[in-house]
Amino acid sequence: MDELLKVSSNPHVRSKVNTMGIMFAVVLALLPAAGFGIYNFGVRALFIILVTVASTVLTEFLFGLYKKKQTISDLSAVVTGLLLALNLPVSIPWWAAAMGGVFAILVVKCLFGGLGQNFMNPALAARCFLLISFPALMTNFATDAYTGATPLAALKAGEEVNILDMVIGKTAGTIGETSLIAIVIGACILLLLGIIDLRIPGSYIVSFVIFLILFGGHGINPAYLAAQLAGGGLMLGAFFMATDYVTRPITPKGQYLYGIVLGILTGIFRVFGSNAEGVSYAIILGNLLVPLIENITVPKAFGKGGGRYEK
Amino acid sequence: MKENSALERLYNGIAKENPTFVLMLGMCPTLAVTTSAINGLGMGLTTAVVLTLSNLIISLLRKVIPDKVRIPAFIVIIASFVTIVQLLLEGYLPDLNEALGVYIPLIVVNCIILGRAEAYAYTHGPVSSLFDGIGMGLGFTVALTCIGMVRELLGGGKLFGFTVMPDSFTPIVIFVLAPGAFFVLAMLSALQNFVKIQGEKRGMDMSKIGSGCGHDCLHCMDESCADNQNKAFSEDDDKEETEEETEEEAEKETEDVTEEETEEEAKEETEEVPKAVENSKKGKKKKKETPETEKRTRGEEKQKETEEDNIELIDLDEEDE
Repeated sequence: MDELLKVSSNPHVRSKVNTMGIMFAVVLALLPAAGFGIYNFGVRALFIILVTVASTVLTEFLFGLYKKKQTISDLSAVVTGLLLALNLPVSIPWWAAAMGGVFAILVVKCLFGGLGQNFMNPALAARCFLLISFPALMTNFATDAYTGATPLAALKAGEEVNILDMVIGKTAGTIGETSLIAIVIGACILLLLGIIDLRIPGSYIVSFVIFLILFGGHGINPAYLAAQLAGGGLMLGAFFMATDYVTRPITPKGQYLYGIVLGILTGIFRVFGSNAEGVSYAIILGNLLVPLIENITVPKAFGKGGGRYEK
Repeated sequence: MKENSALERLYNGIAKENPTFVLMLGMCPTLAVTTSAINGLGMGLTTAVVLTLSNLIISLLRKVIPDKVRIPAFIVIIASFVTIVQLLLEGYLPDLNEALGVYIPLIVVNCIILGRAEAYAYTHGPVSSLFDGIGMGLGFTVALTCIGMVRELLGGGKLFGFTVMPDSFTPIVIFVLAPGAFFVLAMLSALQNFVKIQGEKRGMDMSKIGSGCGHDCLHCMDESCADNQNKAFSEDDDKEETEEETEEEAEKETEDVTEEETEEEAKEETEEVPKAVENSKKGKKKKKETPETEKRTRGEEKQKETEEDNIELIDLDEEDE
């Protein structure tokens, strides 16, 4: 017994994962979508992204000064800003984008107690705030490159859409939502790093497809289903925003249930709603249901439940 | 200021116990009709008129109204004034009447009016009740006009119908919609709290400002508080009632608990030991009965049943534990 034993209280094994690492990975995974947005819509897309990120980070910094506790180093404000920018049309005035950033951080996150306490996804709440406040600015998708409606609006109007363009992303829409390929690349990065798993996105997309088959009015029509899946913010929402650590259920069963709720809500909004898009409203409504979902899906503790031991 | 004097009542209604920002009463009209400053002002003044008159009449009739039926009596008085005011609005201010819509008849159930009638007018003289009504009414009017002004300015760029913002200003439409009402109310309440906290930091006595009463109703002996007067007023009646209630409730609760427990246990037992139960039908029957009856009947059963059965039953009990 020559060696000194290290005595400490548990936990003895600590994960090296921290908030900053996770947030950095999310930023990395969002870069393909952001990059394609800039390629697709021009330099103004970069400008909007920079304005939004600057406004979120600055708001967090100023609130940190007021609370005497700085939290900008965890990069969560950058993720919020980037996600918000990817959800804005490229033609939006810079001040509206900045206002969205301030709203996301100040009202939705900081006033509720900072990261981990926000009951709603800040970026999506800010998008909905802007969508209600400036409906004309937020639905103006006409740019130099594209003058037509978004694929979803065209689909709702009963027009034909080009699936290949939608997969590559050469369509009108918000900065980050158009390219299915770029989003899937980002999603694969997150999946491979183990930041997210397929529970929420999988159940979301599957339940959405089932809802469309049942109520979409087109039956099992592959072209229609593919257009609905590739169009709008569904993929961006399913992989990057529904899986937000703070506002998703923590129980595994609850995550499946949450995904199903989101799929049904999105289907209702897209099929029966007056707007063509409904992902953001579906996700923030789902966020509000998370405490209830967690309540009814509490897993059994080890040793509880199960069958009786047979002699 | 002297307690219950006219000036004190006015100050109390407008600032100290402002019905909207401090007491948080009457939220429904506050949130619903304050889309513009004019609407807020109109709603506030209409409520103020009803509140003042109903306070006066209720105070005058407080010795006549029997205690048991005071609430229906209040409602009748309030509803009469609301009807009068609504007819007057329809006749002379049809535009405002249309803008406020269903919220004019709903003044009948506005909790500020009923609250003041119950908490103040019913226990105080007519003069101070009159001024309490005016003060509370003005406080409500000021609050609604403030909210209406902020919402109209941000959501439409106007103030009392006049455009005040430059053309380059894009209206933030959310502020004239329902969510905006919550935002503005929250922000103004936060501002009010902020002022109060800052005052306390500077060593000023803010205990009487902003929170209405120190929020410590348990240890509050303040006689000016209408709640305490009500307590003294009906102390004897309350005591008797509460005692009876607690007894009844306690009995009920125990009954409920035992019922639930026994049901659950019976279920578990029947589910978990099907094999053992199959052995004897008597055992099965017994399982469905409640443990209480089980204990009572056990003695009898033991006498009646054979030894074998007895052993089985005991076995089952042990397993269950």
